[in-house]
Amino acid sequence: MAKRIDVTDLNVYYGSFKAVEGVSMTVEPRSVTAFIGPSGCGKSTFLRTLNRMHEVIPGGRVEGKVMLDDQDLYAPSMDPVTVRRTIGMVFQRPNPFPTMSIYDNVAAGLRLNGVKNKKTLDGIVESSLKGANLWTEVKDRLNKPGAGLSGGQQQRLCIARAIAVQPQVLLMDEPCSALDPISTLAIEDLINELKSEFTIVIVTHNMQQAARVSDRTAFFNLKATGEPGRLIEIDDTTRIFNNPSEQSTEDYISGRFG
Amino acid sequence: MSAITDERRPDDASVPDDATPPGGRQGRDALRQMGSPHRARNVKDVIARVVMWFCFFLAMIPLVWILWTVISKGAHLLGSMEWWTGNQRNINSDDAGGGARHAIEGTLQMVGMTALIAVPIGIFTAVYLVEYGRGKLARAISFTVDILSGVPSIVAALFIYAVWVTTFGLSRSGFAAALALVLLMIPVVVRSTEEMLKLVPNELREAAYALGVPKWVTVVKVVLRTAFSGIITGVLLGIARVMGETAPLLILAPYTKNFQRDLFNGNFPTLPMMINQDRGDFALATAAERMWAAALTLIILVLLLNIIGRVIAYFGSVKK
Amino acid sequence: MSSVTGVSATDELPGPDGRPPLSGDAASTGRVGDRIFGGAATLSGVVVIVLVSLIAVFLIVQAIPALADNSANFFTSREWAPGGDNPRFGILEFLWTTVTASTLAMLISVPVGVGVALFITQYAPAWMRRPAAALVDLLAAVPSIVYGLWGLITFSPFFKPVQGFMEDKLGWFPLFAPTGISGGTIFFIGIVLAIMVLPIVTALSREVFDQTPLAHKEGALALGATKWEMIRTAVLPFGRPGVISASMLALGRALGETIAVTFLVSALADGSPWTWSLFNGGETFASKIANNAAEFSNPSKTGAYIAAGLVLFVLTFVVNSIARVVIERRKAFTE
Repeated sequence: MAKRIDVTDLNVYYGSFKAVEGVSMTVEPRSVTAFIGPSGCGKSTFLRTLNRMHEVIPGGRVEGKVMLDDQDLYAPSMDPVTVRRTIGMVFQRPNPFPTMSIYDNVAAGLRLNGVKNKKTLDGIVESSLKGANLWTEVKDRLNKPGAGLSGGQQQRLCIARAIAVQPQVLLMDEPCSALDPISTLAIEDLINELKSEFTIVIVTHNMQQAARVSDRTAFFNLKATGEPGRLIEIDDTTRIFNNPSEQSTEDYISGRFG
Repeated sequence: MSAITDERRPDDASVPDDATPPGGRQGRDALRQMGSPHRARNVKDVIARVVMWFCFFLAMIPLVWILWTVISKGAHLLGSMEWWTGNQRNINSDDAGGGARHAIEGTLQMVGMTALIAVPIGIFTAVYLVEYGRGKLARAISFTVDILSGVPSIVAALFIYAVWVTTFGLSRSGFAAALALVLLMIPVVVRSTEEMLKLVPNELREAAYALGVPKWVTVVKVVLRTAFSGIITGVLLGIARVMGETAPLLILAPYTKNFQRDLFNGNFPTLPMMINQDRGDFALATAAERMWAAALTLIILVLLLNIIGRVIAYFGSVKK
Repeated sequence: MSSVTGVSATDELPGPDGRPPLSGDAASTGRVGDRIFGGAATLSGVVVIVLVSLIAVFLIVQAIPALADNSANFFTSREWAPGGDNPRFGILEFLWTTVTASTLAMLISVPVGVGVALFITQYAPAWMRRPAAALVDLLAAVPSIVYGLWGLITFSPFFKPVQGFMEDKLGWFPLFAPTGISGGTIFFIGIVLAIMVLPIVTALSREVFDQTPLAHKEGALALGATKWEMIRTAVLPFGRPGVISASMLALGRALGETIAVTFLVSALADGSPWTWSLFNGGETFASKIANNAAEFSNPSKTGAYIAAGLVLFVLTFVVNSIARVVIERRKAFTE
């Protein structure tokens, strides 16, 4: 169920603005890769290119290559909708569909793609909610609106919604930045469990979080405002935090800037 | 916003000379030492306050006056069963009685037809402007919607006349009038739908895209679904707006006192035209009474739509 | 967003969170559903453009033959005798009545409307704001035919003595010279129009006043400004473009208002002498057309009325375009 991502020499543009330059990296299957770096370094932008979500913003385009195992995500014949079904995403702010119940939220991805069988849906909703550690909390109120949950629960609902379509890879864009510490902990535990099944990439502002949840860490930086962001280095998380090969990584880790 | 400024100035409504200037007691003492300018400023402040209240009550005078006129002169006919069931067939201006059902049904049927055409065009146009449109075409469309919203109803009616009657040689009918109303309703639906679609947070669109949902399904099942109640409200307000339009009817849909359900052939009864008919003889008590009653009926219909629209907006709005 | 994409800042309609909308080309794919739905949306928009263009085209095409036959000057003649072998018609009287009555309506409704908007946003006690706004909106919900009836039957007898008084005291001034006409004078129509467009001025002004940044207001108050000074230095300057565009939209509505004016006007007899007086009668474009709907018998006659309608269309087009430009400018300024 989990695939590996190979990125080769990727540039990301918004209109004429080059947001990210020359990124090459490999994301290992069944592991958690964290992206860290100062604000505006392009880590979120880069994350969005991994499932072509950058394309929904006007002017967004890339140069370079992104391979999911042996599939080229940017091949001309590749449909971005298919890419996004294969590579799911969880956003910074929990965004359950406000008009839908908890059940409908989890089932949304399947339903909107035409799955109608009630039994199939029931099964997937339950397993997804269990997978997101939310089942026990919501099983008695599946028909209540998803917007009525707490922020942390909503975020886990969004994770359940994302894994319900059974993606290969799960991208998380600062999934805890809008949550309180206890909810954050619950999400981090969840990430640890999910990595046995999915390839997970997480962008985080919080270095401790990267250290806690990830196996590998990528550090992004930019020379100056208006310059494109670059990948400085990617390595095992322990190595990045204890003995990075680049001076700027060490400066950032030790809090000298950023 | 302004609630905060009110807190700053709790004494706003008190006796003018004693009004506390912002800055509290110390500020007041400081200002008092400045002498008369302080006083002049306060006087101006009070005058401004009085003028604003005056403006509001001035604006209320015609409202109350109009409603009072219509209700006091028209209400009692509405109490009779005949008003809601009968028509005006064979009833002359100096005869009392008769009903308005033909005109009520006609008006509803006509605006129903109008909505049937204008709503899809309006909603799709708004979807284009918010979800698809960029660049020159979107600007051009947005601009023409503005122009259309400024087109006087008489001009819309003349245009349909020029097309329908002069060019195609068809005869005047309820449907021709409905077409003119379509022109007046489209911009209302476009603008209100557009506003509602813009209120749908981008996060919801992103969430759907990230689930691998095609764009059109996202727009239909997520964006339009989320904005649904707001769109309905806009549609109802649009219907309310065209319901009272008279000029297109005057030019395109001659009145009949009979029941008439055929929008495509012959004269067509509507409330505004019924009012217009009896206005010709308003010196006669019988005609005047009918005229005011028809006017009250029209106001009630319009208000009903407005109220339903607002109630839907209130209860349907997504609780954050 | 950027010049390279060919999209300038003004045609991005930012969402509530200030980000541009997600209308990237690639969000839509080559799927059949996407093509049909996107196509339908585009088509609807194009239909709107076509409709507005057709209005202009049809009016022009059908006005031209009548204008060609016209033996009077269309813009400077006060005659109106279309049809027949020697049609003579001009719009001067309608133009004068329409523009004067609408201008008068603006002179009344803009200050009062702004006053009401300031009252609702700045002065009314908190509990009163929503009901007060709703009451003003109610004024907009009253169909214009009802304004016509009320003006004709209830308000006009009441206004007669007021007009008499003004003619008495101010009659020496050409604008208020007595003409012997009472009831549907330009002055009276202007007042009724002012009442009718008041809700438009109020609603839009209210909206912009409400958006005045708190920082501006607090800034003024912190300098020791009274409430009125705060409004003058913070709220009014911020809201000015909004008020201007609201006035333009209201003016557009007043120029084209048909049925109420049709009920109220006193048509002038043929050949009646020219006067500057606001207490004169006279038809507006809209009322002339509406009053003579039954006369649309032969093409040349109809053509004359369509020509008059065309002038009205152009007039409202210009006024609304100005409103649009002002709004665009403001957008560019606040972004």
